[in-house]
Amino acid sequence: MSKPLRKTEPMSTTTPSPAATIVSLPAPAVNLWRGRLMQWLREMAATILPPLITLAVILGVWQIMCMKPDAALPSPARIWSEARDLIVDPFFVAGPQDIGLGWRVLTSLQRVGIGFGLAGVTGIVVGAIIGQSMWTMRGLDPIFQILRTVPPLAWLPISLAAFRDSRPSAIFVIFITSIWPIIINTAVGIRNIPQDYRNVAAVVRLNQIEFFWKIMIPSAAPYIFTGLRIGIGLSWLAIVAAEMLTGGVGVGFFIWDAWNSSRLADIFVALAYIGLTGFVLDRIVAAVGSFATRGTQAS
Amino acid sequence: MAYLKLDHIDKVFSRGGRDSEVLRDVTLSVERGEYISIIGHSGCGKSTLLNIVAGLTPVTRGAVLLEEREVNAPGPDRAVVFQNHSLLPWLSAYDNVRLGVDKAFGASRSRAERHDWTMHNLDLVQMAHAKDKRPSEISGGMKQRIGIARALAMEPKVLLLDEPFGALDALTRAHLQDSVMALHQKLGNTVLMITHDVDEAVLLSDRIVMMTNGPAAHIGEVLDVALPRLRRRLELATSPVYLKCRQRVLEFLYERHRYVEAA
Ligand SMILES: Nc1ncnc2c1ncn2[C@@H]1O[C@H](COP(=O)(O)OP(=O)(O)OP(=O)(O)O)[C@@H](O)[C@H]1O
Ligand SMILES: [Mg+2]
Repeated sequence: MSKPLRKTEPMSTTTPSPAATIVSLPAPAVNLWRGRLMQWLREMAATILPPLITLAVILGVWQIMCMKPDAALPSPARIWSEARDLIVDPFFVAGPQDIGLGWRVLTSLQRVGIGFGLAGVTGIVVGAIIGQSMWTMRGLDPIFQILRTVPPLAWLPISLAAFRDSRPSAIFVIFITSIWPIIINTAVGIRNIPQDYRNVAAVVRLNQIEFFWKIMIPSAAPYIFTGLRIGIGLSWLAIVAAEMLTGGVGVGFFIWDAWNSSRLADIFVALAYIGLTGFVLDRIVAAVGSFATRGTQAS
Repeated sequence: MAYLKLDHIDKVFSRGGRDSEVLRDVTLSVERGEYISIIGHSGCGKSTLLNIVAGLTPVTRGAVLLEEREVNAPGPDRAVVFQNHSLLPWLSAYDNVRLGVDKAFGASRSRAERHDWTMHNLDLVQMAHAKDKRPSEISGGMKQRIGIARALAMEPKVLLLDEPFGALDALTRAHLQDSVMALHQKLGNTVLMITHDVDEAVLLSDRIVMMTNGPAAHIGEVLDVALPRLRRRLELATSPVYLKCRQRVLEFLYERHRYVEAA
């Protein structure tokens, strides 16, 4: 919409003397471009500067508080000197157990990917079935609401007892932690499909499968993605608990291992990696969600 | 025998152990190609009646017969244009129409034929230019046009319109009324239309069905509109037949069956 506006701008400046058109056209265009670049830079600064300043303040306070030699926790400066290799190079390989945190995050991501993927598919299907009927919804919702609050660590012994093997148990812990919000949100989304859409489906006579793909999923998509977003956060939360079981090279086990051998500085670095990865995961699901549900909001 | 017949229809809603009788003994015969308007006060059961014909609501007693066969489930032979357009917001205008086309003609027509038919119907309502727009990107009148195209594209035997122009401004409404009138002239559909608007009813209909107030509403009066087709709204404004019909409907609605707030 702003296109015609921009076009008329240089034109209007030249209306008194048509002969000058050729000369004066490019100049405003370049100025405009530069102006937009400046504005973009200003916006970027406005979003990036405040978190950077906050971070600097936090690091400063932390440094002051933990500067004493007998401090319980390492100061940022000490973390830097002790765990430098971990911070500067995420992808080094110096032995089977001595690898960069980037590799460890990738290993953990793979595990979370399987657990969360299973939770996503199962959660959407189960949620869709439950959302169909008011009675299953009423019957199961309180149970889900309770199970939802069980912490990941509490599922460990149960899943170990059930699977008797660490690998599937770890994935199950991720799965079971993240599935509840997906089920609950999907079911609510299905419940909230407007009667109008059901009527449309009835009039054109969609069958069950067509109804699922063409009405239910798109209509409930905003709810489903809310559930998936909460779910991905929870499954990433469960990674430390899950990898306490499996050992190996995951970032969760790395923390457990570092704690057992009193490498506190390493733990802080790993925490930063986990936090950043979780943030990125959340943003990815949110972005996919807003792309997939564009236009879904009824007008 | 009539083309579409509503045969002694009763409708009782039961909710929480309490029954509310909405329709009692509604009987109506509609000829093929007829344009019928149903008018009545808010809440008297017009939408309920239309949904019964559409097969979306089951009857309590009685039956709906289309070409002498009972219909009690929804189907593409009775397409509905809903009060609030009811387009699927995640589909483009084209895909909204195409959905109905694919289901109605998936077996009998090729992909290319279905595409052409979809475009043809978008053309009929003059919306081909907006075929790739989503419902949120077009105006209320345009949405209603797409809704009409979706219904027409299923080649229904009966077209059911639930206050199709209710949510539109007066100018857009007049424009769409003219479109619908032209389409009816061209395609000869049998139409059942709910309306609140007396002028709209007289302008478009062959017969006007006036419903009494609920509960237990029934057909109070049926008025023949003996105006020749094609009708032009400006000429009608001074036509004595038009004015008489208008007067009759107004009398029915505001004298004999005045809206009762408590009902
Ligand atoms: N599913 C339902 N369950 C119970 N009662 C219902 C149901 N649907 C409609 N009713 C009742 O039936 C009556 C008629 O409703 P209906 O929607 O048919 O009215 P209407 O004539 O279309 O009104 P309006 O002109 O406002 O659209 C109302 O009193 C309404 O409360
Ligand atoms: Mg209604």
